[in-house]
Amino acid sequence: MSDPKITVATAWLDGCSGCHMSFLDMDERLVDLAQKLDIVYSPLVDTKVLPEQVDVGILEGSISSEGDLHHAKEFRKHCKLLISLGDCAITGNVPAMRNPFKLEAVLNRAYLETADVQPQIPTVGVPALLRQVRPIHGVVEVDVFIPGCPPHADAIFYVLNELIEGRTPDPSKVTRFGA
Amino acid sequence: MPPPANPASVRVVTLNIDGKDYSARADETIIEVCRENKIPIPSLCYLDGLSIWSGCRLCLVEMAGQSRLFAACSTQVAEGMTVSTNTERLQRYRRTIVELLFAERSHVCSVCVSNGHCELQFMAQKCGVDHVRVPYRQARNQVDSSHEAFRLDHNRCILCTRCVRVCDEIEGAHTWDVMGRGSDCHVITDLARPWGESDTCTGCGKCVQVCPTGALVKQGTSAGEMVKDKHFLPILARRRHAQ
Repeated sequence: MSDPKITVATAWLDGCSGCHMSFLDMDERLVDLAQKLDIVYSPLVDTKVLPEQVDVGILEGSISSEGDLHHAKEFRKHCKLLISLGDCAITGNVPAMRNPFKLEAVLNRAYLETADVQPQIPTVGVPALLRQVRPIHGVVEVDVFIPGCPPHADAIFYVLNELIEGRTPDPSKVTRFGA
Repeated sequence: MPPPANPASVRVVTLNIDGKDYSARADETIIEVCRENKIPIPSLCYLDGLSIWSGCRLCLVEMAGQSRLFAACSTQVAEGMTVSTNTERLQRYRRTIVELLFAERSHVCSVCVSNGHCELQFMAQKCGVDHVRVPYRQARNQVDSSHEAFRLDHNRCILCTRCVRVCDEIEGAHTWDVMGRGSDCHVITDLARPWGESDTCTGCGKCVQVCPTGALVKQGTSAGEMVKDKHFLPILARRRHAQ
């Protein structure tokens, strides 16, 4: 019997999904990866519940809301290794550009001042926004960082492959902030 | 940059850098000798052709027999000197310096006109900064778009003062200066008036070209389009000294 596959969970917090698109951009290499990895929870698969024990967690996006905070804590709790994927997860990036402004001013701008009809700030069924947007390692411990906006598919493949081969990846060799 | 001295009148010294012996003119600085010999030393404020500022501290090196560190840009070589340029301690300090630069202002690389042409961005990659361990300051900094040709974004300024020095020493206009202390420190034009109202600015754009980041850029550039060209500086600086 072959070795059990490495289980991987991914989630998309306050980001644009570009990092997940870049993940898909690994193209035919995904077929090879699928021999060694099992994606057990992700926007890319149907599972709705994060399994109790996952080998690798990959988070895209920053911590901007109560929901993001909850997700990050869940991932840290259930994943042996946690990866911050992309500049939003690592620096706050574009979502964090609201930080110098008061939260009320941000909500007013988005939902009241610029609305033509039905101006209202959504409160039902959406997680409350946090006052400050933070990178993921600002709220939970993170093990590996893959900068880039989005990180190139080659960079994601390099890191995953190094981990599969049991080596410690050096992401600065292949990517940088804003790459 | 010191004026090129008459080679016959300057002593030659021998020093050891990272375990190898080099000979150099006694009036050279450590960074000049390293650059001549292709020994990489990171720096942001140092620029060949401008006076020494010694502010960024990225070029700090270790010296045998000395417990404190020395800035390679402002320390002259000496006979028998033994220098280490890339120890684990120096790597750790450099990494921290770069992280503090990122934390101090809002360097959002992905939406910067200098994305892909930025010395700070490359420095981060070179020093292995794949995240910033200290909290970001999240301060709101101003953008001055009053000049018809150029733009100043304080969010991306690292206070290297290259703009101040090139404007004073090469263009001779001294439009730029530095104002305030600590976290209030920022570069100003004239007496902290909008750039576009400056009586002294000649509009030459030298400050824009030597700026290592996206703090000083041409108007009308969008993300990733601002490519800097510093070639004028060594040419002008050498011709000036030759006179």
